[in-house]
Amino acid sequence: MGDMKMNTVGRPSAPDFDVEATSFRTLLGGRGLLQSEKLIFEWDDYHRTGVDFADIAIDTSDLDGLVRGDDLNLPGLTEPECVRHYVRLSQKNHAIDLALYPLGSCTMKHNPRLNEKMARLSGLGDIHPLQPVSTVQGALALMDSLAHWLKTLTGMPAVALSPKAGAHGELCGLLTIKAAHEAKGQGHRRTVLVPTSAHGTNPATAAFVGYTVKEVAQTADGRVDVADLTSKLGPDVAAIMVTNPNTCGLFERDIVEIARVTHEAGAYFYCDGANFNAIVGRVRPGDLGVDAMHINLHKTFSTPHGGGGPGAGPVVLSEALAAYAPRPWVVSAGQGFDLAEHGEGENAANFGRQKPFGRMCAFHGQMGMYIRALTYMLSHGADGLKKVAEDAVLNANYIKASLSDLMSVPFPEGPCMHEALFDDRWLEGTGVTTLDFAKAMIDEGFHPMTMYFPLVVHGAMLIEPTETESRAEIDRFVAVLRALAGAALDGEVARFKGAPYLAPAKRLDETRAARQPRLTFS
Amino acid sequence: MRYLPLSEADRVSMLDKIGVGSIDDLFVDVPQAARRSGPVDLPMYAGELEVEAQLQAFAAKSVSPSKVPFFVGAGAYRHHIPATVDHIIQRSEFLTSYTPYQPEIAQGTLQVLFEFQTQVARLTGMPVANASLYDGSTAAAEGVLMATRATKRNKAVLSGGLHPHYRETVETLAHAVGIETEACDLAIDDEAEVLNHIDADTACVVVQTPNVFGTATDLTQIAAAAQAAGALLIVVVTEVMSLGLLKSPGEMGADVVAVEGQSIGVPLSFGGPYVGLFAAKEKYLRQMPGRLCGETVDADGERGFVLTLSTREQHIRRDKATSNICTNSGLCALAFSIHMSLLGQEGLKRLAKINYAKAHSLRDRLAAVPGVEVVTPRFFNEFTVKLPKAAAPVVEALAAQGVLGGVPVSRLVADPAFGNHLIVAATETVSDTDMDAFVQALKAVL
Repeated sequence: MGDMKMNTVGRPSAPDFDVEATSFRTLLGGRGLLQSEKLIFEWDDYHRTGVDFADIAIDTSDLDGLVRGDDLNLPGLTEPECVRHYVRLSQKNHAIDLALYPLGSCTMKHNPRLNEKMARLSGLGDIHPLQPVSTVQGALALMDSLAHWLKTLTGMPAVALSPKAGAHGELCGLLTIKAAHEAKGQGHRRTVLVPTSAHGTNPATAAFVGYTVKEVAQTADGRVDVADLTSKLGPDVAAIMVTNPNTCGLFERDIVEIARVTHEAGAYFYCDGANFNAIVGRVRPGDLGVDAMHINLHKTFSTPHGGGGPGAGPVVLSEALAAYAPRPWVVSAGQGFDLAEHGEGENAANFGRQKPFGRMCAFHGQMGMYIRALTYMLSHGADGLKKVAEDAVLNANYIKASLSDLMSVPFPEGPCMHEALFDDRWLEGTGVTTLDFAKAMIDEGFHPMTMYFPLVVHGAMLIEPTETESRAEIDRFVAVLRALAGAALDGEVARFKGAPYLAPAKRLDETRAARQPRLTFS
Repeated sequence: MRYLPLSEADRVSMLDKIGVGSIDDLFVDVPQAARRSGPVDLPMYAGELEVEAQLQAFAAKSVSPSKVPFFVGAGAYRHHIPATVDHIIQRSEFLTSYTPYQPEIAQGTLQVLFEFQTQVARLTGMPVANASLYDGSTAAAEGVLMATRATKRNKAVLSGGLHPHYRETVETLAHAVGIETEACDLAIDDEAEVLNHIDADTACVVVQTPNVFGTATDLTQIAAAAQAAGALLIVVVTEVMSLGLLKSPGEMGADVVAVEGQSIGVPLSFGGPYVGLFAAKEKYLRQMPGRLCGETVDADGERGFVLTLSTREQHIRRDKATSNICTNSGLCALAFSIHMSLLGQEGLKRLAKINYAKAHSLRDRLAAVPGVEVVTPRFFNEFTVKLPKAAAPVVEALAAQGVLGGVPVSRLVADPAFGNHLIVAATETVSDTDMDAFVQALKAVL
């Protein structure tokens, strides 16, 4: 690598990049203190256990030959072995607690530890969903309180709490809309309009419930093309699904007009609330004409992502849709609260004029997430939540302003909201792709940004810093991206093509995994 | 504000770098009609001390199962969770990481998921399992959808022993996508009734063991008969710990298994988040919903793991996806996997036997109470009793006496034939003293 080009963009000077130096191998294949860790199934002895229960004798004659005959073949670890196994594995993960986690559209903000403590309180975290309602009044009051906060923050009159994730919320929202149409004799409406920039879950959910998905074009400035939308609205359209702020990180300026033409055509306006963090406490979706919107509690309201879940996706609903929300829900009953569950027998009175479309899951939803989200809301308050949106938007615009001289911005006009979108025009001719660039970020200590999404932008790089990053951390992130951009523009292709060099694993062969699926140990 | 690191000086200089005068200039695209002058009408910022007091007040208004004799089950169960489980799931690298889409820096989560899938497959006796779904009920619903994709048939038959909330969840999702369902009448011990409802358009029959009344059923004959008619057998299990003692669904011939995994590692938490276990025969691999983790190698040839077969999923296939699911129950799957690793087959078998013994001891005691009839013939850690009067008021009266005595069937479904039925569970957490207190209280209120 001796013929490397000179640094031309003022990036910090670094030693010459030498791919050979990274080929150092330890004697037994480990990576320093980062331990290689075998699978629990590779332990020799399967007969140990890390719990102390007596091996009692029981009379199973009642069971009539139903006793398990096959060997379970499940290894047990003593506590020290177990702790070490999982701690070693944990060290191969990146996490928000380690650095800014710029995944656009995912809102990787700090997860307050008070939330965790509260979710474990006796009387909240350990109660059973089917205890008599007289013994869970505190839990029902908490759900009622959460509902009040969500309704007030969104300016919407009703909320269905039970959906278990954002996509589950979308499903709930569309089923509510379907039920409302059917109740009005409009069941023939079978089309859902979705902008090309939408999250994959939007068309997937609409198609899932049997709707035909039609795409709506985008304008040159990255917004919904209202003329195209209007031309596609008609007596067959059940709903539009629009994300606001949208997946390009932009506020839909014409959103009130979008709602108006949608309602005029007899359709409902479903808003994907994944990006609510940009406007929470500052803008109420109810004031924009939205009929239904899911709220990812694991994004805006800081419940932990947990390596991929569990999430929670309550759906706020307009007056027109409120009656069709799924059961169960909490009702005020005299001095306390009750649950509207199956709507028959002694429970019928709780249903009033509600006409629920059905049930989303066995119990009352993600209580563990409700507790965390309410704790977060109470901590911030109305003033703090407004500040959340403002700082999130400020941080994103600061990143955009700090990088736009090097990296190309597809929609440069005006401010972005909580995420800054770049494309790959600036990488043209360098031999470095968006994927390469993102993988090189790992070597510099950061998780990649969201890549190749939204689909409407070529080689998209979507960066969402969130409000919980300090100025110093953002400046560190910007410095890394500027340095990498400089290296890419200087032609240091090897730094990117082989990246990451310093991660717990090198690039993985995903094609092989899909061609010869090995999903269990054998 | 303790969660917001920017200082006023930071904000001013950052606005300056952006080239705008105020924060409002960044919100210029918001329509005039939706702009607000001040905060919404909710309480203002509060310190940790104040917030903790408010949450404590909610907690104080509910009765913790740890404080009373506790026999509530019917789809969620109180079990002891080793301290190690909660400690490990709170490690930053597990708690605060995203979905492992960047496998080079997510091998921890991915290896856990691979181990989890293997544990689930072995526990259920099936060849393949996914990386978890939301809960047991949504797993059952996804199973029905998968069966219709696999068989190109459009009807599901649901047993009368299926948990009523599961039935409703399955019906909601199935009807939403245009699948017909036929539910058998509520029945304590008649999973085989599903066979009488199979026709040429039946994609699957959904049975549960132990069922909502606690009845355990050998499904071997039902599996063979359903499959002979071209329908898949979907086995639902709401008490995963039963698999430490009872014949596995795989051994009985299941095609698809949907399990609520809460009993291993996941706190009751008033109904969620839980963890849905989903396993199937290998031939349905590419029809499975949800995330799958697979083994591969990295550029150095080292073993590694990745999320795989994502061409089934919404972020690639959009409106052609097999399901709209975009999350698994990651942290609950981790908790399940840690607890399962601590138990091992030895611990699980022992624990299952203790559960069996506790419940049968309780059965003997309740059967001796005048007017109480035990109606579940074969069971694991849960059974149903028929009381001489309506069960719901009895449960309230028991609660007033400080005993949480089970779930009246009427809480789950309105069926006049079952108004006096009470579902009672006894796990390893129940002591002899608890059982005596239950018997005494029941005698007093009957």
